[in-house]
Amino acid sequence: MRHSFFGGIHPDDGKRLAAASPITPLAAPDQVVIPMSMHIGAACTPTVKKGDEVLLGQVIGRSEKAVSAVIHASVSGTVAAVEPRLHPNGQTVMSVVIDNDHLDRMDESVRSHSEEVEKDPDCLLELIKENGIVGMGGATFPAHVKISSALGKVDTFIINAAECEPYITSDHRTLLEHPEEVLAGIRYVRKLLKLPKAVLAVEGNKQDAIAVLRDKLKGTSDIELLVCRVRYPQGAEKQLIQTVTGRQVPPGGLPADVKCIVMNAFTCYTICRMVRTGLPSVERVVTVSGPGIANPSNFLCRVGTPVKVLVEAAGGFLGEADKLIMGGPMMGSAIFSQEVPILKGTNGVLAFHSEQNRAKEFPACIRCGRCVAACPMHLQPLYIYACERKGDVPGLKKLNATDCIECGSCAYSCPGRLQLVQSLRNAKALIKKSS
Amino acid sequence: MDTEKKENLLSISASPHIRTGEDTRSIMLDVLIALLPALVVAAWMFGLRAILNTVLSVLGCLFFEWGYRKLLKKPDSTGDLSAAVTGVLLAYTLPVSIPWWILLIGDAFAIILVKQLFGGIGKNFMNPALAARAFLFSWPVAMTRWVAPLSYRSFFNPNLADAVTTATPLASLKGGALPQGLTLLQDFLGQVGGSMGEVSAFALLLGGCYLLVRRIISPRIPLAFLGTVAVLTFLFPQGNPRLGWMLWQLCSGGVMLGAIFMATDYTTSPVNPTAQIVFGVGCGALTVFIRYFGSYAEGVSYAILIMNAAVWLLDKAFPRKRFGEAKTKKEAA
Repeated sequence: MRHSFFGGIHPDDGKRLAAASPITPLAAPDQVVIPMSMHIGAACTPTVKKGDEVLLGQVIGRSEKAVSAVIHASVSGTVAAVEPRLHPNGQTVMSVVIDNDHLDRMDESVRSHSEEVEKDPDCLLELIKENGIVGMGGATFPAHVKISSALGKVDTFIINAAECEPYITSDHRTLLEHPEEVLAGIRYVRKLLKLPKAVLAVEGNKQDAIAVLRDKLKGTSDIELLVCRVRYPQGAEKQLIQTVTGRQVPPGGLPADVKCIVMNAFTCYTICRMVRTGLPSVERVVTVSGPGIANPSNFLCRVGTPVKVLVEAAGGFLGEADKLIMGGPMMGSAIFSQEVPILKGTNGVLAFHSEQNRAKEFPACIRCGRCVAACPMHLQPLYIYACERKGDVPGLKKLNATDCIECGSCAYSCPGRLQLVQSLRNAKALIKKSS
Repeated sequence: MDTEKKENLLSISASPHIRTGEDTRSIMLDVLIALLPALVVAAWMFGLRAILNTVLSVLGCLFFEWGYRKLLKKPDSTGDLSAAVTGVLLAYTLPVSIPWWILLIGDAFAIILVKQLFGGIGKNFMNPALAARAFLFSWPVAMTRWVAPLSYRSFFNPNLADAVTTATPLASLKGGALPQGLTLLQDFLGQVGGSMGEVSAFALLLGGCYLLVRRIISPRIPLAFLGTVAVLTFLFPQGNPRLGWMLWQLCSGGVMLGAIFMATDYTTSPVNPTAQIVFGVGCGALTVFIRYFGSYAEGVSYAILIMNAAVWLLDKAFPRKRFGEAKTKKEAA
């Protein structure tokens, strides 16, 4: 294995639960709830009002701000409401609620762009912007912003298919079932970036997908398949760049500072589908898994589908589910209502029993140093925790608390069960408040 | 604070939502297991009394921890087993013939004064067992009465008041000569006089290997500690031959117990890798320094206690290199 990152952890990846389950298209629900904020950056303003007829793929929200992503209707039908609804982040966010007419009438903008892109690769940037494509690995950073800020500045294009979050298999299944589309998407972006080569990084625990990709890449040299060691957080942007190139993104910097751009594999798949069919970012593959799910599955579902529908489609809960998580178990967020919708960046819905929650009533640091050994950002979480408890902002700054990527490796490995990620988030907030 | 039940009884908490199975209790249990081989040898050498001392000391420590926290209305912490580890370690650092009341005073000192007064587990700045041992030298005669190994008339007779006593290998090393009438193998296996848990370097190394395999400790501190003692005693021998001198120094006294079980105590050792190595080297150097130039034959416990006081400083002085700070420039694909 070439260059790698420091630290990390080896949790039970739980991927066996859903890895063998093929992607099943899920019928669109009777009603979808589409929040106007599904990306990093400015929230969109709804462009439709209650009672409007909307078509599948029609723009229903956009923002004039530079960092934002256009939002489209994921079904055709009638707008039932434009009002604040519960968002997976726990707050209420302005959303467009659409009653599905189950006809999937397409907007006229939904048409193939293959020829245009073939002729002029540069027009892809505008297409990515207009079709609201964001980083679909969970970060949801608008893809057109990422690409335009990297144009001409990068020498390495990395495609992140590490999928290091335990239990999540959506990228794995996509690679396995749609390798051709993923690779085509990579090539579109590669041409746009004007780079001769792209590196597709996959964690070694997806051997079947790796074999398929190897086969598809035979005789080509524009995409290098890099099999990475299985270690969390291999798929964290900074750590993946380090694994692939040996470069370390400077503190507070961006991948472009070390001449890299990283895009998620599912984002590339979505770009390919968009180019070929014109369908904007209105669908995604979601893994529904975890010890608390009866039939762990991978679903292709519409953005805006309530979590409840997916849980039911996966056979409901197994035993008494204690915690429902959107995203992976390491970085995902716990949700308290099944009414919240699937977003563009939702790669998983996981259910856990209370046994998996090994919290302690009285957490105590024993200074074992496991957090220091696990931190891929070279931090000392135990000292940051101590400073955070005291509200010692200068101390927090000295300990570079803002470098934390919240991967959770420290808290995972803490035998004293300290809530280290929570503490680090608070530490960052304290620093922000003081400046 | 952590989990709050809402609506349909789903828990909400900060990520991550999964955690390793390893916790403080399981770690301490592993340490206790790693300490077992030394107890077996101690029992073999000194009889049932060795086991009785250990059990009494563990019960003493657990009692004082429970009592103190009960009195101060703090949550009980005996379940994490750290007090039990302190109990075993303290018993190991004392002569097997130590009167039981001195042992209990040591337990109280270790748990109440050194550990709990500073806030309990993770907060003390000195190793409780070693600090207590240092305090118990208030009874110098009892603390230096070394029962000869295998001298008991009956294994089950815990009364060692009239047992044969012997000099420890360290005493003759202090005199500048290798011990007479003893082989290095006997010293290595533990058939010598000394504190009951420290006599067998072999048993302690066995426990150390267990801790390494279970990833309870990293090899940094023990290797730096033992390596420093080895290098210094090899370079500056006070007796002949050079290699024999070095090996006797390594296998006698508290070096093994100290390097494997005391200096690696989480709470009182650094967390940063470089700082751990410096800490180990410091322990080793001070041990040899005290053994060579001090008035007392053994230096391990004081060496570690002194380095304990420097832990915070070492962690500050040798932090991890900040991610992305140094490497960015020279790297090119």
